[in-house]
Amino acid sequence: MVNTNLKTVGQTKILVENLNLFYGQKQVLENINLSIPENQVTAIIGPSGCGKSSFIRALNRMNDLIPEARIEGKILIDEENIYDRDIDLVALRKKVGMVFQKPNPFPKSIFDNVAYGLKIGSNHNRADLEKIVEKSLRQAAIWEEVKDRLNQNALKLSGGQQQRLCIARALAVEPEIILFDEPCSAIDPIATARVEELIHQLKTEFTVVIVTHNMQQAARISDFTAFLWLGELIEYDRTEKIFTNPANKLTEDYVTGRFG
Amino acid sequence: MRSVKKKGILADLREGLIHRLFQTSGLMVIAILLGIIALLLYTSVPAFREIGLREFLTSTRWDPTSPEKPEYGFLSMLASTIMVTIGAMVISFPLGVAVASYLSDVAAPKVREIVKPIVELLAAIPSVVVGFIGITLVGPLIARVFNLSHGLNALNGSLLLAIMALPTIISISEDSLNAVPVSYVEASLALGANPWETLIKVKIPAAASGIIASLMLGMGRAIGETMTVLMATGNARAFPSGFLQSVRTLTANIAIELGEVPYYSTHYYALFALGLVLFLITFFINLSADVILEKQKRKLQ
Repeated sequence: MVNTNLKTVGQTKILVENLNLFYGQKQVLENINLSIPENQVTAIIGPSGCGKSSFIRALNRMNDLIPEARIEGKILIDEENIYDRDIDLVALRKKVGMVFQKPNPFPKSIFDNVAYGLKIGSNHNRADLEKIVEKSLRQAAIWEEVKDRLNQNALKLSGGQQQRLCIARALAVEPEIILFDEPCSAIDPIATARVEELIHQLKTEFTVVIVTHNMQQAARISDFTAFLWLGELIEYDRTEKIFTNPANKLTEDYVTGRFG
Repeated sequence: MRSVKKKGILADLREGLIHRLFQTSGLMVIAILLGIIALLLYTSVPAFREIGLREFLTSTRWDPTSPEKPEYGFLSMLASTIMVTIGAMVISFPLGVAVASYLSDVAAPKVREIVKPIVELLAAIPSVVVGFIGITLVGPLIARVFNLSHGLNALNGSLLLAIMALPTIISISEDSLNAVPVSYVEASLALGANPWETLIKVKIPAAASGIIASLMLGMGRAIGETMTVLMATGNARAFPSGFLQSVRTLTANIAIELGEVPYYSTHYYALFALGLVLFLITFFINLSADVILEKQKRKLQ
């Protein structure tokens, strides 16, 4: 049912097949099957501890940092299984960018933050760097606010600005997919509105996956919504369907605020 | 029904007493420090009066027992101290930071559990034992490598002090590397950096002030160390001209001469003046290291 729906919107970018994730003995994701379409915003919702963050961190293999994490199943991005042995983690993470829950700029200048991903691994000359930094900051809708102080320490920016800077930093390495892990949970409502607007614009160029515990946010910005509950994918469909006419009773209870 | 009122005057008295007790212990430490400073100042002043500040600070000759004209210049000993210390830091700082990086970023948890206590054990070796190693092992080795008659020289002292400063440098550097928030590391890896690039470009710069502080504390340790340098550096009084020369540091000189000096003589006071110089150097080094560490702690929070 889910897949027939998706065929009408275009190509599948990420295909998750029988994904199981364990932390030691504890299973946090159970047999997830899901296809995420290209150039759309897909939201992952669900109550705290349902595995949403674990799921999104599986998409760029950030879970590798956790020694006791173990994964089964496949995640195909452009038909390549990212858990295959011959996957280049560096290339994967350049292709699949990530913005974290708490803004986490490096304690460096604004310029150096955005240029960081460009400076590692490849040599750009200064003019190129400046061009890409400006482009990324414009894309992240923060250029006007910082253009006169690119050498200032990024930690001096406000929380909302820091988060948009982190988005610019992720955009600078020209990813194809951007993962947002509750990007607005640590910033104020006005900053949240700006980030949401930004995410909405990003889908013309990127495939966006966003984890959020804020259902209104999912409803506002996403095209598709997946509802996770206790590590299982309960329902996945067009966002309007999930919020107006969900197929599953659990989904309905959750989106209408009966629990969560 | 239980009453929550205080039970009589005795409880108050006891609490007050305990409070006093801890307060006194705290104040005593400060009093001891001030006392030592006062003593050093008090016993140094006659030296400066009798020798003259100018000779003390500018002469390179230290010859208090000369029958014709005793001289009390501290420069050659200061130079020796600085030289041996810098030599030690050149060896131990890169090594220490490398070990700290290995422990914090590369080593498996099990390896870390074994290596860390071993590093700390290094600090537990008595300095006289280290000096012993300098005489019997490092000295002959240096003599053979550089084709010298003996190996008791500045290089020997530097090598030994490097070993002694390592635990300080390693453990404080590692602490500051570990204090770097995980979110920085995640951000870096998520941008496609490998762990090595993350260490060099994110973790070490973020921990830089703590790493510098570790260098300074290691330096403080090396400057104040006495027995090891006394045993290993040969103790020649001449102004040092190279790492293969025998040198005499401030600490070694005080230790050698204080036992034989007549009390309340110019020579006696001059040795206290050397002690004052030594104290001032280590005091400021340790103080700045503390300030740097405190600043970093606040920055990373």
